[in-house]
Amino acid sequence: MPQRHRMAMPAENHWWPWRLERRSRPSALMRLASSPLAAVAMIICGFVALRFIGIDPIAAFKVFFVEPVSSLYGVGELLLKATPLMLCALGLAPGYRANVWNIGAEGQFTIGAIVGAGIGLFFNSQLGAATLPLMLLGGIAGGMAWAAIPAFLRLRFHTSEIFVSLMLVYIAQLLLSWLVHGPWRDPAGQNFPQSPPLPDSATLQPLFEGARVNIVFLIGLGLAAAFWWFERFTAAGFRLRVGGLAPAAAAYAGISERRNVWLALMISGGAAGLAGISEVAGPIGMLQPVVSPGYGFAAIIVAFVGRLHPFGIVLSSLLMSALYLGGESAQVELQLPSSVTGLFQGTLLFFLLAAELFIHFRLRPVART
Amino acid sequence: MTIDTWVTIAASAVGAATPLTYAALGEVVTERAGVLNLGVEGMMLVGAMAGFAVGIMTGSLWLAYLAAALGGAMIALLFAVLTLSLQTNQVATGLALTLFGIGLSAFAGRGFVGMPIARVPLLHLPGLSDLPVLGRLLFSYDLPVYGSLVMCAAIAWFLQRTRAGLRLRAVGEQPGAAHALGEPVIRIRYLAALFGGAMSGIAGAYLSTAVTPMWAEGMSAGRGWIALALVVFGTWRPWRVLGGAYLFGLVTVLQLYAQGLGIHIPSEFLSMLPYIATIVVLVFVCRDGRTILLNQPASLGRSFHPGA
Repeated sequence: MPQRHRMAMPAENHWWPWRLERRSRPSALMRLASSPLAAVAMIICGFVALRFIGIDPIAAFKVFFVEPVSSLYGVGELLLKATPLMLCALGLAPGYRANVWNIGAEGQFTIGAIVGAGIGLFFNSQLGAATLPLMLLGGIAGGMAWAAIPAFLRLRFHTSEIFVSLMLVYIAQLLLSWLVHGPWRDPAGQNFPQSPPLPDSATLQPLFEGARVNIVFLIGLGLAAAFWWFERFTAAGFRLRVGGLAPAAAAYAGISERRNVWLALMISGGAAGLAGISEVAGPIGMLQPVVSPGYGFAAIIVAFVGRLHPFGIVLSSLLMSALYLGGESAQVELQLPSSVTGLFQGTLLFFLLAAELFIHFRLRPVART
Repeated sequence: MTIDTWVTIAASAVGAATPLTYAALGEVVTERAGVLNLGVEGMMLVGAMAGFAVGIMTGSLWLAYLAAALGGAMIALLFAVLTLSLQTNQVATGLALTLFGIGLSAFAGRGFVGMPIARVPLLHLPGLSDLPVLGRLLFSYDLPVYGSLVMCAAIAWFLQRTRAGLRLRAVGEQPGAAHALGEPVIRIRYLAALFGGAMSGIAGAYLSTAVTPMWAEGMSAGRGWIALALVVFGTWRPWRVLGGAYLFGLVTVLQLYAQGLGIHIPSEFLSMLPYIATIVVLVFVCRDGRTILLNQPASLGRSFHPGA
């Protein structure tokens, strides 16, 4: 065997005059600054890219971030779109802390929408005033049931919840498509694949005149506070955190992985289901083949940009909502494709992950030899 | 049902399996080096878009596949810089890569939606292709199908029979020990991640030039994730992964033929089959936790920081 690579020292960074060095303790400043830094970097990067394809960055900034929120209706839309993102991300975050990777919020969202809308469509006349609360509860139960599948399979058969929850997204979407093309199709709907519209008593009314945002936004804020309290002051929240930070220590301390996995998936499934039924009972008003423009996936980004902290998630859901609104207005005014939103979202997450590095590491100049 | 129908089904199953084969084989190499790249779906879409666009613009399929491989490798490089040099969480970064790839391919490919492209030509092997039954079953495919078999053999040989393959596996099992022996852990992981990206890119190009010769946003429809599951299903071994891919190809194709076979189930439920099959197969392979523990590269998904 040639001795070559046994002798040679690994060549690390000789061409780059800096090297990464682990900080003795995580930087508190970077912990707070990483998300804003990532957002700024994304905006700069995005507008440089727009400049490149011949769009004036200042005008683009106005179209993206100023015009959509320059009216009361616009602010309402910002809060309305932030709601499902906030709910899904709030639910995902405790699991991500506990190393339970539910990436199928989109599917749990869809099932929540189906179950909740089913209650509203078929039991509305019997239930009366209880319809709407029961629809929301039904949505939560639907999302939980869908999330129970990856939880059960992980604990019983050691399958990765990542794959199972994701596969269930496609299955849920196909199920919804079948319902609105088949048994639940509106007979008076001129053959459009959609359910009959939900009756008024089964619809979430706007919070104030002239906007579409509804009570669920406030429920989301309340949940954020509740989650903060749960993670900080309850034993169950503590067990989740330890399970993610130090699985071996958690096992030694008798923290049940089983309980953590179930808890994490029930929280995220329920929250996503609530988001789903809130969209259908709110702005959409009926079941359609597609009830989400990818909120369940965008919520993964929202959770990370919010640094998995409930209050951070409230802020990042507003940022992400602004990106959606900006993307829509750029579509109309700058003829940009809607996919520009997805591009911005992905870029944002990359920058965030890179910025998080500097919480635990710092750059040190390398002494030249 | 005649033999003819079954041969047709088998042949289309091979076609449906080929993108899964490329993507999953690439991911086998990446994961054997200890890198878990969950961004296969994103890399496939970038490859599908790049391959289609270059195919349309140049008319050359060779350039199309080259562009697809480069495209896949380029965004795998982004993943590698983040996870290997900047030590970010591999799961989160892989998800970011998927979301980014979906957005990037949709954005860059918006001008190509709805354009027609000529399918990759099927090879006619004189004599062999004209054999009854066997000719259609074995000798009537396009070049990328045969290429995927060659790649499988090459990767199996590389991993098990070459010194370089041994070094790559060492890096995936015990990066600390490999580092102490002077192996450039990070560099080897970079190369493995780039290779996986290129293979996913090729997988995408096969989608957009052969399976369904067109470009549409999000056209991979979860195949990248199925490929990732196939790596687990095949317990990180190339030939088993190949077998798994053909099994999945068959499931995918059978749903298309089910109606013809007189099975009257709404098409949505038939379309669910590949996804349900993925779950069932994962349960089957993972049900005994030891199988995975014994076969999974020991440091899969863990960051390695040589200086620390």
